[in-house]
Amino acid sequence: MKKNLSIIISFFIMITIFSGCSSNNNLKIYIWGEFISNGEDNSMDIKKEFENKYGVKVNLTTFASNEEMYAKIKSGSAKYDLIVPSDYMINRMINEDMLEKIDFENIPNFSNIMDEFKNPIYDPTGEYSIPYAWGLVGIIYNSKMITEDINSWYSLFNEKYSKEILMFNNPRDAFAIALKYKGYSLNSQNPEEFKQAADLLKKQQPLVQSYVMDEIFDKMINGEAIISSYYAGDFIKMEKDNPNLKFVLPKEGTNRFVDSMVIPKGAKNKNLSEKFIDFILEPEVGLSNIEYLGYSTPNKAVFDLLPDDIRFNKNLYPDSSFLDFNTEEFIHLTDVFLENMDKEWLKIKSGNN
Amino acid sequence: MIKFLSKAYLGIIFSFLYLPIFILIIFSFNESKNRAKFTGFSFKWYIELFSNELIIKSLFNTLLIGFLSAIIATFIGTIAAIGIMQMNKKNKSFLLNLSYIPIINPEIVTGVSLMMLFVFLNKIFGLELGFMTVLLSHITFCLPYVVLNVMPKLRQVDPSMYEAAQDLGCNPKQAFYKVVLPDIMPGIFSGFLMTFTLSIDDFVVTYFTSGSSFQTLPVTIYSMTRKKVNPQINAISSIIFLVVLIVLILINLKEAKKHRRVKI
Amino acid sequence: MKSKLLSLPYIFWLIIFIVIPTFLVVLFSFIDENYKFTTKWIIQSGDYIGILFKSIYFAVISTLICFLIAFPIAFILSRTKKYIQKTLLMLIILPMWMNLLLRTYAWMTLLENNGIINQILSFIGLGKINIINTPYAIILGMVYNYLPFMILPLYSVMTKIDKSIIEAAQDLGANYFVVLSKILLPLSLSGIVAGITMVFVPSVSTFIISRMLGGGGNLLFGDIIEQQFIGSTYNPYMGSAMSLFLMIIILIIMWITNMIDKNKEERQGMLL
Repeated sequence: MKKNLSIIISFFIMITIFSGCSSNNNLKIYIWGEFISNGEDNSMDIKKEFENKYGVKVNLTTFASNEEMYAKIKSGSAKYDLIVPSDYMINRMINEDMLEKIDFENIPNFSNIMDEFKNPIYDPTGEYSIPYAWGLVGIIYNSKMITEDINSWYSLFNEKYSKEILMFNNPRDAFAIALKYKGYSLNSQNPEEFKQAADLLKKQQPLVQSYVMDEIFDKMINGEAIISSYYAGDFIKMEKDNPNLKFVLPKEGTNRFVDSMVIPKGAKNKNLSEKFIDFILEPEVGLSNIEYLGYSTPNKAVFDLLPDDIRFNKNLYPDSSFLDFNTEEFIHLTDVFLENMDKEWLKIKSGNN
Repeated sequence: MIKFLSKAYLGIIFSFLYLPIFILIIFSFNESKNRAKFTGFSFKWYIELFSNELIIKSLFNTLLIGFLSAIIATFIGTIAAIGIMQMNKKNKSFLLNLSYIPIINPEIVTGVSLMMLFVFLNKIFGLELGFMTVLLSHITFCLPYVVLNVMPKLRQVDPSMYEAAQDLGCNPKQAFYKVVLPDIMPGIFSGFLMTFTLSIDDFVVTYFTSGSSFQTLPVTIYSMTRKKVNPQINAISSIIFLVVLIVLILINLKEAKKHRRVKI
Repeated sequence: MKSKLLSLPYIFWLIIFIVIPTFLVVLFSFIDENYKFTTKWIIQSGDYIGILFKSIYFAVISTLICFLIAFPIAFILSRTKKYIQKTLLMLIILPMWMNLLLRTYAWMTLLENNGIINQILSFIGLGKINIINTPYAIILGMVYNYLPFMILPLYSVMTKIDKSIIEAAQDLGANYFVVLSKILLPLSLSGIVAGITMVFVPSVSTFIISRMLGGGGNLLFGDIIEQQFIGSTYNPYMGSAMSLFLMIIILIIMWITNMIDKNKEERQGMLL
């Protein structure tokens, strides 16, 4: 008995030690859920391809919101080599000195990136981030259940759709909708405008079926809910499973987001991270990835390879006039304001006014 | 009449307990992702499950943590129980009361307090959240259960037997291995089993202490339920249910056998 | 059997991984980012007092329902033949060995608007019920998940109640109600108390059940604590203050149940 036990123990200890050793060649990536092509539906398995090409291990972990990602990094409870968050969060992380400057010498494929995505407002010097994908937020609805024309954010606050509405489960996106509907900037820090938006969301709470992030796929595809708001790229995926779903960019304007690759401070494998970034920017890899994601690409070489029905899809690549006048990007707001927003948001969601 | 009523009541409660699980299992064989209509029989989700690297890896992690924490907790807990038995009443009850903290504390509080400790240690020693922190946390919430399982058995050990063994020429060590250990073995064993189950079943504490790259099966399942619904979850449920059923039946059979032997 | 020193590793372990972390929770509740004393987190947690009360309310309701369901079950179980008893007991324990996430997930799919329950209801002509993402779903989830925790301790005290006591009472003219109130309830008090703690504590602190069945709109106190550490608002100070509240609530409950039931030793055995 004792002998057996010690054999088992030493076996496990050996495994532990070995699994600890291999971590030197480990690339730890922290990325949105469903945000990298994984071999499903004949796409390229980017993780495997990269592993085979460089003989390393890639470790993918996913997050459901920028804030969740921020909490993990900020608390120091997790270390990564590469993260793919959104614009405003990158802005915040740059401000808080949480990111490493990228060595562009190691990323020759950076020349594939379209000019308008270089030096974005969230990364004014362009030293910290490399765009991964971008897209717009819009309304998704089920045309089988909703026959009227949807073209305004108003529909998400319409009592007619009580308990059939899905809403973003993160404060920034939710407040953006309310602010845009009221005709304000989604980066507004005006207390009066903020209060109006909060009141609107409070009034909406009883109408909302649930607050969701990626759970939305299932609920919209199965007809659990009939109207919601989400990212255009994800809509393309939902539409494949339920052709009754429709997407509109509301007339009041909307949010244009860019998700970019950044390297956090203290990354152990900066060199490998840069290799991975360069790999993603390769035209074939990028093409396979963006076709899997359904989002819009900031990569010129990839864009040129896209099939026509995607290239001319106005939801994915709207005219520049629409982009210029009706869309806005998030920037980082002051910490005090965000803290307040978080608090207000918890109160809204819990129906605790 | 009362007999019938009580049978009916039991029937209702057992169907309340089991129907959800059975429906979950039935739909693990559904060919489509539909969760309300059975469209056709298929093993598709099981095949996908076994080729899902993440799930296999997390299963391995779960078992690894389960074994290691159960072994370490059983060892430390058993010798602790022996030590506690020698203490005076005051110290003993103080230590036992302390042991109840992780049992009584809500899991979330245990989880966040350990997370805070590890984040703190991370800043000083660079101990990253991952395998090690999960193991330490699991040992922590397992330990009291071992102590509380072994203590009652120790109380039943007759000290005069131990003394008698020494009188008959055993040294203290031998006396312990030959007399005391066999007596408390059932307690140690049930402590081990209990901690192993607690460990592989734990979600909350692992969720807070696992960091990024180390996931156990419950954590993986949680992240799966937060995404597109995936019938692989149903397949996992069926397999776990089957394993648990077999284990419980085996334990019961063994006990039944033991009882029979005692009777003879 | 020589030395008290054998318990040293355990004592060290308790100090490092239980005493210090608990102390950290208390400490963080009262310091600000610059390590100065402050009560602002405690005061700010007051904003969520409504949610705390809601969580307590939900936990009380589900504990009560669990008790009402479990009491008869435990009684019936304790009076059946020994070999059937064993099997039935195993059947009650079995679902507990399935992970809580999976059990809750099962209800998530069952209760959906287009889920199997609603399909059946509308098939037999009854209208759909809208229960997912409501407080009802959360309470159902709590009752379902924690019911065995109530049945088991009740059962273990009731098997110890001698059949002849009940028969004697009945012979002396006691009706069912008197038997229940004068014999069954007092004699199973320690089981009731253990059951209440074992259902109430996980219910009041859950974040999984409310997350999965409440649709993000029915936050409980556990959800808010989780958000302070892993969710959108990273603030361990605030999270600690809230955890402190939760610990105090649990202490109060323990204290109350201790008052009711003096026979502590026995109950502690049952928590296992």
